[in-house]
Amino acid sequence: MHAARAPSASAIWLRAISITSAAVLMASCEEGVLDPHGPVGKAERVILYDSTAIMLAVIIPVIVLTLVFAWWFRARNKRARYRPDWEYSGRIEMIIWSIPALIILFLGGIAWTGSHDLDPPLPLADSTAPLDIEVISLDWRWLFIYPHEGIASLNRLVVPAGVPIRFRLTSTTVMNSFFVPQLGSQIYTMPNMVTRLNLEADQPGTYEGLSAQFSGDGFSDMRFDLVSTEAEAFKDWVNTTKTQGGVLDSTTFEELVKPAKADGAQTFSQVSEGLFDKISSGHMAAVSPQRGQ
Amino acid sequence: MFGRLTWAAIPFDQPVVMIASGTVGFVIFCILALVTVKGWWPYLWREWITSVDHKRIGVMYIGLALLMLVRGFSDAMLMRSQQALAAGHAQGYLPPEHYDQIFSAHGTIMIFFVAMPFVIGLMNFVLPLQLGVRDVAFPVLNSVGFWLSAAGVLLVNVSLVVGEFARTGWLAYPPLSEVAYSPGVGVDYYLWSLQISGLGTLLSGINLTTTILKLRAPGMGYRQMPIFCWTALASNLLIVAAFPILTATFAMLLLDRYCGFHFFTNDLGGNPMMYINLIWCWGHPEVYILILPAFGVFSEVVATFSGKPLFGRRSMVMATMAICVLSFVVWLHHFFTMGAGANVNAFFGIATMIIAVPTGVKIFNWLFTLYGGRIRFTVPIYWAVGFMVTFVIGGMTGVLMAIPPADFVLHNSLFLIAHFHNVAIGGVVFGVMAGITYWFPKAFGFTLNERLGKAVFWCWFFGFYLAFMPLYVLGLMGATRRMQHYSNMHWQPLMLVALAGAVLIFLGIALTVVQIAVSIRHRERNRDVTGDPWNGRTLEWSTPSPPPAWNFSHLPPVERADAFWAMKQQGGTAQDRNLKRTYETIHVPRNNPTGFFLAFCAVLLGFSLIWRIWWGAELGLLGAIVVGLMQAWRTDGEIEVPAEKVAAFERLRGLKESAV
Repeated sequence: MHAARAPSASAIWLRAISITSAAVLMASCEEGVLDPHGPVGKAERVILYDSTAIMLAVIIPVIVLTLVFAWWFRARNKRARYRPDWEYSGRIEMIIWSIPALIILFLGGIAWTGSHDLDPPLPLADSTAPLDIEVISLDWRWLFIYPHEGIASLNRLVVPAGVPIRFRLTSTTVMNSFFVPQLGSQIYTMPNMVTRLNLEADQPGTYEGLSAQFSGDGFSDMRFDLVSTEAEAFKDWVNTTKTQGGVLDSTTFEELVKPAKADGAQTFSQVSEGLFDKISSGHMAAVSPQRGQ
Repeated sequence: MFGRLTWAAIPFDQPVVMIASGTVGFVIFCILALVTVKGWWPYLWREWITSVDHKRIGVMYIGLALLMLVRGFSDAMLMRSQQALAAGHAQGYLPPEHYDQIFSAHGTIMIFFVAMPFVIGLMNFVLPLQLGVRDVAFPVLNSVGFWLSAAGVLLVNVSLVVGEFARTGWLAYPPLSEVAYSPGVGVDYYLWSLQISGLGTLLSGINLTTTILKLRAPGMGYRQMPIFCWTALASNLLIVAAFPILTATFAMLLLDRYCGFHFFTNDLGGNPMMYINLIWCWGHPEVYILILPAFGVFSEVVATFSGKPLFGRRSMVMATMAICVLSFVVWLHHFFTMGAGANVNAFFGIATMIIAVPTGVKIFNWLFTLYGGRIRFTVPIYWAVGFMVTFVIGGMTGVLMAIPPADFVLHNSLFLIAHFHNVAIGGVVFGVMAGITYWFPKAFGFTLNERLGKAVFWCWFFGFYLAFMPLYVLGLMGATRRMQHYSNMHWQPLMLVALAGAVLIFLGIALTVVQIAVSIRHRERNRDVTGDPWNGRTLEWSTPSPPPAWNFSHLPPVERADAFWAMKQQGGTAQDRNLKRTYETIHVPRNNPTGFFLAFCAVLLGFSLIWRIWWGAELGLLGAIVVGLMQAWRTDGEIEVPAEKVAAFERLRGLKESAV
């Protein structure tokens, strides 16, 4: 009898690699688009999973068959039957056109219904009245205006959980893309243009938001926190905000459009009416300033 | 006097740039000195620079692409190492204004100056040989096309030392690329180098399309045409249709930047969305311009090394042409997130998926070509099998992102980056590597080292998976592209794995250089005397390696696809058939320096326009016109190869072959 053998170095490596990769994969499911916290993100995750599963049903056999055929029909294998002139089979042709066509028919259906059900401007099916928020991408910060509350917040987006949010979005200078991965759909923000987006956060929590469209040197810092709170806490936040911070009007806005790195949050107790429309329709001198060298 | 150009344009304060460019400059100086000392200039001028032989031009295209692969890959290494370092509060070693230039240059170079010249080079070299003809339709135009591409390459590289490159991403979306937000010369470098090389590509596309449509061996109809020629036809039709869109789009952006127009500006009625639509009207066909010839290479390689004809040839041709047409109705899938509306998004999403049908058919065709084969595992078949396994994954993630609501969460993420590298490396690069290994003996007369070739393959294969599978995961975790730094520490381990993958790919590129050097050293051992080292099926293998300037002493009569295979089946070796023949005088095109001089003028013109040196621009333009006029009045376009010389060549070849 001999003592239990110590695992070989390669076995240890293999174990280490498999444990690490498993941990990484699990971590990946705990953030980002595979861990949605809202109805839009959840619906999109279902689409991701379903279509991947449908395609894997073909992809995996194809990969396996490629390797099996390549291996079995290797020149040295005397048992494999060489058919030097075989180049056509109507039956196989029929099958190889049908398989991808059927899959695409299926996925095309998902794409069609998905595009319509999850169209960004489409209001969410919810009995609660939606909250309106206007989003303006600056160089390189995010400004959120609450038109009905008459307040605004820079680089921090506070929303009530369980209430659909109706966004209108625009940009002052270049394009950006407004994206909160854990809530779902992103949409471009563009100067002189208004895009629309509807999202909802299910539960209270803090979710990272970002720009997904490169917009210049300060792009990497163009991140914000989306804080989802209980309805009561949201009301409190609105009331507190109304008593603090400066006024956001054309004059203060001119300061905001100057290029600056995203750095800390800020709130405004009062917003001049129609500011968003003035900006998004290009009727504001401060919009689209030159960046200079 | 020198417009905007001052000494301040040269980044003396950036040691990294200065050392890198100093080293490159020194190496170039040494090479030039060596060429001068050894007295190689007349040879280079006669045999390469002024050559209008499609084979020489093809080789030069590939050389250019390999060189630029090293440049583009250095950018990739800088990006991967920056992202591996810059997590949390760390900022890495590249500030945004530098990092932004690097990713813009990486994309621009890899697509326009690596993938394009690789693919055009292969087509240039192979097409006339496979079609059984003596040259392309317009040999001088061919040389002009190459030299204009080289002019673009030179301008891009000059931007490294003099001034800066674009900081806008590789497609320079306005309004970011407009003067208001990119006032420097970076975007001008981008635009002019691509305008010049784009013109070269268009000329090459016209030339190769004409060649395929009008010049084929006697008896070769479309049904007998080799499959690589079919994919090349599709690709060149796309070039002819799509590149004018690119040129026009860039021309509009140039007017905006130079003359104060408002095509894509924010104010005075400009519309940046128009640019995004137009650029992708070119951009999506562009990816098929690159991948279709790669599909052609795999079709040839899989058939040759399986020792049987391609399965479902007609399907393959139909699939190729279907992709060619469909590629023009899918461009909007690059910006589902611009808010076009459900019907438009769904239409373009489904159109995109439909392309997966012919592509899927192609995969199955190669699969059934392997079936029943007697597969010789040489280097090209490694690339082909590696491609089939890898490409289907990229295809799957592509179809996934073609579903608009899925794209809403994956758009512009690292998932997207992983997807297009999956198809660009797993498809185009693998295809080009297979093609280079496959046709190398035809070009140079000896085969490449097999062992090192396999080592190169494994480095690229595992390097790709290591570098890009983590990016899929990172994209799902919410990481976007073009981040100079990020705060989420969870991403760093995956970024490190990706860096390791890039290092492995670097090893693959380094081993390619070693492989070429070793193969040249051992060339006598691996000499291809027969002209048919792989037991090939198409006409290029009926010529000696390397083929004479006139390719075919006798234009080969063709009765069916796989024409050379059919000849071999009918018995008789090449010299038997040739010795019986009488030969005629052959006309081959004479050397022509027009392309080289035009490129010289184009560089002067482009550089002057970038720096607003107006007298230089006038001089460059005038020079180009003069060179063009001189070419127009040339009458000595051809030289004669007398019949006796052809006969002597064939006799010698017969002797060599029978000696084996």
